[in-house]
Amino acid sequence: MSEEKTPRVEIQPELCKGCELCISQCPKKVLELGKDLNHMGYNFATYKGDGCIGCGVCFYACPEPGTIRVYKKIRGDK
Amino acid sequence: MENLDNTIGKPQSFYDTFERKPGKDKQIVHYCPGCGHGRIHKLIAEALDSLEMADETVFVSPVGCSVFGYYYFDTGNIQAAHGRAPAVGTGVARANKKGYVISYQGDGDLAAIGTAEIIHAANRGENMTVIFVNNGIYGMTGGQMAPTSLEGQKTATSPYGRDIADMGAPIRMSEIIAKLDAPVYVERVSVSDFKNINKAKKAIHTALKAQKDRKGFTFVEVLSACPEGWKLSPVDAIKRLQDVMETYYPLGQYKNELETRPTKAEPLPRPSDKDIMTALGVGDKAAIINVTDTFVKNFKEQRVRISGFGGQGVLLAGTTLGNLAMHHELAVTWLPSYGPEMRGGTANCHVMINNSVVGTPVVDKPNVLIAMNGPSLDEFENTVEAGGTIFVNSSIVDKKVKRTDVKAVYVPMTNIAEDAGIKKAANMVAVAAYLSYSKAMDLNSLIDLLKVNFKKKELVDANIKVIHAAKEYVEKNCM
Repeated sequence: MSEEKTPRVEIQPELCKGCELCISQCPKKVLELGKDLNHMGYNFATYKGDGCIGCGVCFYACPEPGTIRVYKKIRGDK
Repeated sequence: MENLDNTIGKPQSFYDTFERKPGKDKQIVHYCPGCGHGRIHKLIAEALDSLEMADETVFVSPVGCSVFGYYYFDTGNIQAAHGRAPAVGTGVARANKKGYVISYQGDGDLAAIGTAEIIHAANRGENMTVIFVNNGIYGMTGGQMAPTSLEGQKTATSPYGRDIADMGAPIRMSEIIAKLDAPVYVERVSVSDFKNINKAKKAIHTALKAQKDRKGFTFVEVLSACPEGWKLSPVDAIKRLQDVMETYYPLGQYKNELETRPTKAEPLPRPSDKDIMTALGVGDKAAIINVTDTFVKNFKEQRVRISGFGGQGVLLAGTTLGNLAMHHELAVTWLPSYGPEMRGGTANCHVMINNSVVGTPVVDKPNVLIAMNGPSLDEFENTVEAGGTIFVNSSIVDKKVKRTDVKAVYVPMTNIAEDAGIKKAANMVAVAAYLSYSKAMDLNSLIDLLKVNFKKKELVDANIKVIHAAKEYVEKNCM
């Protein structure tokens, strides 16, 4: 369960158009553009896997409605 | 998908799947990579979620890139003609006083072709929220200059840059709208960095909340990037948004009277139908024909197409039929279709008649076709529903109806009219022949209607003669 409580970001690779706005606006610089292409032919953004603070900046930076989901830090949890 | 307390994800006011195109991409919007529309859509959807307004909201999509709003927002949806979203929104807001309206418009839509609509909707203080997306360019059509394009900005239609001496200065809509008396809340925001996106989120929330509180007209201008139109990468487009757009278009609240303004007043009551009837001197019942409830209940929908040369009175035949239907307390629409010439062209009209509510006024599958000339028969014969009836003006049309699954009734309309003394009344023969044959409505009531509609007695008499002649012909030769 402790893993569930860690802030993190999920990016759906097949729903990403590779605009890089999430990457450029992430305050912790924990997102990067992958080398692989998705079915639309875009390089898609991925989470480096560590360092996300669950701030949600990337969600609002992303122009797609449901590509990014951010798991925030649960209150009271360290 | 439900948003758990600890996650930030797709708001619920979006549809789960976007059914715009066949294929598997049903989770993404149609906008280009890095487009500001998607960001703004999310802020609206979040505000609708938190204010619980989605089920009562009608989202009016404009013409422009955001034309497909109705594929995304799980609200009521209408798509308006270019620039007319505030006018359509006015209709929705007034007809549905318990609902809410979002008029979502781009700068080409709102600040150019729709200038009149936005100014007057704002000036009337309609209870609606306008989200004005300003990216300073016509995005959908390929990056032409908009009224909001900046000085020196090179676009497809200003290749040397916008010259203010020639093309005027970029128009600042928030400032203009805020100067009007009625609007209660006007703010300009920008979806550039997180700080500004947050302000945009708050502004959209405030505007929608004000609408929910029935405060009146609210306007949020959102500066937004158009990477494709600006020919920049999405990241560079955001830089331009911050460095250039936000400089010319200062962000901030231009009007906020939410604290001081009471709920928008109800307008004075409108005259009732009865008052209008009385004012027109027609008593409390407009219909001149008495019909029974059974007649209305059993009335079979008539989808009539009347077609002929311009000048044959095709359109008048349609309005006559429509008027007659109204006097039978039926629901009716009449839709003319004709060229610019008064005489000599072709004309046709659609008449929809049924006993409750007319949905579309367009008759694309008529069950009654009246062909006053040959080309009309050629054009519309195949559109008639199987089992329908085609009335042919056999004075002019030599051809026979080719189809065997429809009834064909040949009436020498022009000759009958001529013999009765008014050649121009072939249209009246057509209407009378149709009523005599189909018995959809009482033919005698057509005569009653003429007596009311025509002021000259000799004209009434002549037309009555025409109607009787048509009836006799049909009963003798066609039944």
